[in-house]
Order: sequence, then C-alpha cells, then structure tokens
Amino acid sequence: MDNIFTRPKSLRDVSTHYCPGCGHGIAHRLVAEVIDELGIREKIIAIAPVGCAVIAYDYWNFDCSEAAHGRALAVATAIKRARPQNIVFTYQGDGDLAAIGTNETIHAANRGENLTVVFINNAVYGMTGGQMAPTTLVGQRTATTIAGRDIKTHGYPLKISEMLAYLAGVKYIERTSLSSPQEILKTKRAIKQAFQNQIDGAGFSLVEILSPCPTYWGLSPKQSLEWIRDVMAKEFPLGRIK
Amino acid sequence: MKRLMSGNEAMAEGAIQAGCSFYAGYPITPQNEIPAYMSWRMPEAGGVFIQAESELAAINMVFGASAAGVRAMTSSSSPGMSLKQEGISYIAGSRLPAVIVNVMRGGPGLGNIAPSQSDYFQATKGGGHGDYHPIVLAPATVQEAYDMMFKAFDLADIYRTPVIILVDGMLGQVMEPVQISTVSRKASIKKPWALTGCAGREPNIIRSLLLKEGALEEVNNILQSNYAAIQKKEQRYEDSNLNDAKIILVAYGTMARIAKVAMNKLCKEGLKVGLIRPMILWPFPEQAFIKATKKKVKFLVVEMSYGQMLEDVRLAVNGKAVVEFFGRAGGGIPSEDEIVGKIRKMLRG
Amino acid sequence: MPKIKIDREKCKGCLLCVSVCSKNMIMADGELNKRGVKPVVFKDTGVCIGCAMCAVICPDCCIEVWK
Repeated sequence: MDNIFTRPKSLRDVSTHYCPGCGHGIAHRLVAEVIDELGIREKIIAIAPVGCAVIAYDYWNFDCSEAAHGRALAVATAIKRARPQNIVFTYQGDGDLAAIGTNETIHAANRGENLTVVFINNAVYGMTGGQMAPTTLVGQRTATTIAGRDIKTHGYPLKISEMLAYLAGVKYIERTSLSSPQEILKTKRAIKQAFQNQIDGAGFSLVEILSPCPTYWGLSPKQSLEWIRDVMAKEFPLGRIK
Repeated sequence: MKRLMSGNEAMAEGAIQAGCSFYAGYPITPQNEIPAYMSWRMPEAGGVFIQAESELAAINMVFGASAAGVRAMTSSSSPGMSLKQEGISYIAGSRLPAVIVNVMRGGPGLGNIAPSQSDYFQATKGGGHGDYHPIVLAPATVQEAYDMMFKAFDLADIYRTPVIILVDGMLGQVMEPVQISTVSRKASIKKPWALTGCAGREPNIIRSLLLKEGALEEVNNILQSNYAAIQKKEQRYEDSNLNDAKIILVAYGTMARIAKVAMNKLCKEGLKVGLIRPMILWPFPEQAFIKATKKKVKFLVVEMSYGQMLEDVRLAVNGKAVVEFFGRAGGGIPSEDEIVGKIRKMLRG
Repeated sequence: MPKIKIDREKCKGCLLCVSVCSKNMIMADGELNKRGVKPVVFKDTGVCIGCAMCAVICPDCCIEVWK
C-alpha cells in the first residue's frame, strides 16, 4: 500500500491558530503542495499579509517576510527585483489586498511584476472580529453592518480580480473556491499555474480563492461551504478571468 | 576628481558608490533630483530603480529589498516622510538596515517648498509607533552629504537599523564641487538573516510581529542595547573656538554654515564666540556639552524651526548653563545679522 | 485495503471530512482531545476506497491516506 496523501514538506508539522473549518488551512496546504511538486521550496520567498494569515510564516517551511497591512506587493516587488532568481509570492486577504492595499495591488499588477498572488476572499475581516470587507456581499451581516451591507452607505462588493484583468501588465487571473474537494483540486491547479507562470517569466498572476469563514459568517463549516457554492459564487463567478 | 553637483545629486551618487543597489522613491519637491539621478544612474550601476506609486509603497519596497539582503534606500521631503513613518517603524522592528534621505521643507501640512529644519523631532525621536530611534546624520556641505552616504550604509548594516540623512531644501539644491571617491567601497558586512531562499539552511523569517509572551519585550531589549551601543560609539560633532568662548552657538546643517559666518564676524571684533555643530543628531553628541559646560558659558541654539534640537541641547546641558534660542520656520531662515544681533544682546545681558 | 489515519490531537472537529466521505467511515469521537474538541475517528469497516476527499478538504492537514 502506498501513502497517497501526507503533509507536504513545505508545511511545518504544527497546529494552526485558525478556527475549525477555516479555509486558510486548506489554502496554506495547497500552496505548500504546489511548491513541493514544482521543486522550488529552496527558492521561495513568501510575503505574509496582515489579517488572519499574519503568521503564515509559522506554518510554512521556507523563507518568509511580513509586510505592513496592504503593502505585501510593494515588499514582493522589491524582493523579486533584487533577487530575480527566487520565486516570490504574496498571500493576502480581501482587506489587505482590496482595501488598504488596493494601490500597491493595482500598481504591481500594472507594472507586470513577475509575481504570484494568492488572494483569499472570505468576504469579511476575520482577525479584527468580523467587520465588513470590501468584498462583503450586499445584505451580509458583519460587526460593522449589523443590519446587512447596504449599498446606499457601503457601496458594492469590490470585484478586484475583474478590475485587474483590464490591466495590460496582468498575465493570468482565475477565481476558484474551496467549497468542495473538486473545487479545492481546481484551486490547486490554478495556484500551480500561477507559480508556473512566474517560473516561465510570464508576469503577474493571481488566484482569487473564495474561502470559508464559519466563525464570522455564523454558519457551521459545512453550511459555509454551501454558502460559497449557493450565494457567494453567484456574486463572484468562478473560472478563468484572464 | 571633482564634480560640481547639487546636494541631492551628490547624495544619490554617494549612495551608488557606497554599494546601494536598490532605490525606490516618489516625487516630491525639493528632493526630486535624487529619483531623477537614480533613474538612469542606478541601472547603469547594475542596480534597481523603481518610481513607486506612493511614499508608502517606496518605503515598503525598501523594506523588501533590505530583507532580500541588498543595500537599499529611498528619499523624500517632509510630507512624504510623514507617510513613510509606518514603514520605518516596521524596518526598525524587523531589524533591517535602510537609508532614508529627508530633504526638509516647510510645514506643518503641505507647507511650502522652502528650506526648513522642522522634522528634527520626527527624525530623532522615532517618528512612527514603538520604541525606536533611527540614526540621524546631518551634513552641512555638499561634500559632506556625499561622504556621509558611505557612513550611512555602513551604520545601517552594522546596527541593522534605519538611518536618516536629514538635510534642508537648501543643501539639497545648492551646487558645490565634490571630490568623488575613486576607491569603490562596497558592502562587506555579511547578512545571514537575509531572505535568499532556504537552500542548505533553515528558513529565515523577517518579522516584527511577536505575539508569544515576552517575545516582543525581548526584541525591544535587543533594540535598546543596540541603541546604547550606538549612543556610546557614534556621537559626532564639529566644534570651533571652544577654548575661550563665552557664548557657544549650536546649529546643524545649513544653519550651522550661517552660524559660522556670524561667529567669524564676532570673533574678528574680538568677541569670544564658539560653535558646536552636531554631525549626527541621533545619537545626540552629549559629550560636546559635557565638555563645554566645564567652563562658564552660555549657549545659543539656532534652528530653522521653533526649537526642536533646543530640547536635546537643554537635556545635554542639564541646567549647568543658560541656553537661549533663536529660530524661524515656514521658509524663514535666521540670517547672519539676526544671529549677530541676538549674541550682542546676550553679551550685554 | 485502503485506509486513512487521523491525527486526533490536530483535529479541530470541523467535520468537513465527515461531510465528504461517501462511505460514511468517519465520525465524531465521544472523547475530547487535548485541545478540548471531539475529534473525528476512522471507523474501518473495510470499504474505504482511498479517494482521499477527506484529506483534500481537511483544513488542518490531519489525515493521511494509504491505497
């Protein structure tokens, strides 16, 4: 009998601080699996965000840097320019990438930086206690939209992947989800493509992953996956965007 | 070889000669000659130039480049420096070297583009959040601005700390002959902590977030002992006529040049006037004042601000002598005549 | 026969693996683990097909699979 599924080398053998059913654990593992399969662990320099994944470097087993909130792509730009022989990626949430860091995101993409971005969209701020994110759905209840997100005061869910797809510097954008094992495997393929693009020198590649936050959605882990499938993916359609 | 250069160009060229291979910046007057010079000179020297989308992006690019182990710098002017403070705090907290040039202009707010020294507090006291100090160098001539770039990158690497070159807009703009170094002085300090990929070693992590009980206090203690070592070893100042001075002028940067002219004028009349010029503002050269206050003297601090370095002079003098002040800000520059007038008044009183 | 092994101390009891096991071979344990949650256990009835869907969906990388 062969061991067909085990912890990837790029993922440290430690427990995470994430809540039960949180998508970060799955996404961390997928990134680690892809890096192992591509044989690039010793070349990787990762940039962790500010948000729930702020200590991702305690879980991954390769070189990592923190970045100030929203500035991951500025830090990544410099590391990749200074050391083009390394493989550099950022791992960022919706608040980090699409609110406080929108400027860095747009300009790194527009410069066509040869970087890989793993973008976790869970439609809420997790680390700070479940406040509205730029990607919060209309009507979604959060700590700062207790009656649900109202477009009159908070505007609409920000579709940053579609916005970025307009930019000439962007090579590849795909939106995937973690709502089932099948979708998780599609997500892994997309992450692999985004890293392969960097290895090939193709340019800016981003995978947006719809990811469950059972704690701040007020749902069970299983209900959270159903909510991604039935509700969230209607607002944020899955598939290749560019 | 001597070249006629502006202070801004001299600092850019000095950085290149000192082995800086990464520059990111955002335009703001009166420091625009630095990014303009770097935009062609850095690629020529084999380095990276990026015109960033903002000062925030620029300082965080410097964070990244420094984390990757290369000598990195940015430059800005007062309002832009305010934007960079968060990044400088992260650089200090992550124990990364970095060089940041601030060509000061008038404030507060958008202020104006006239020379000023109003960012002294921001530079020397930390500027951003948390218990940290950048090392702050204060050249007074274009030649010194060039020479100090070597010192700045070495100090940054040795102590793993941000270093600020604090000049006013006049020094940034003025053109003077500069003796260009003919000996290439490249970085020789090893950086085993840098992010280079974990081939053949355990992964490196660059972080300032430390949540485990006691861990952040431990890093703060390392920073503090680092600062104590810097205070002990790195005080620098120039002094003139201290032997028999009754009044000692204290000024830095361009202001010190004007103060020197005033001093020379009064000395020619036989009046006993000296000068202390801090060349490094943090650590503040307390030693100069401990020495000077052994005699009966009075101090006159002159600044292009309303009295910021004045506070450090008072702390250093520690009540042992009278400390008076003359300053102007918002584009006003204390003139030689105003300083002379103030000293005459002090001598009468 | 294919089988899985669950790291009971890393399990946070989210039960996502239970929801994807087509053979209903994973269930919540009655006993708490050290972190204070009831982890899942593998009840080997000999019908595991080694599809690894449980491992794929596990957010805490608690499951190893042999086939």
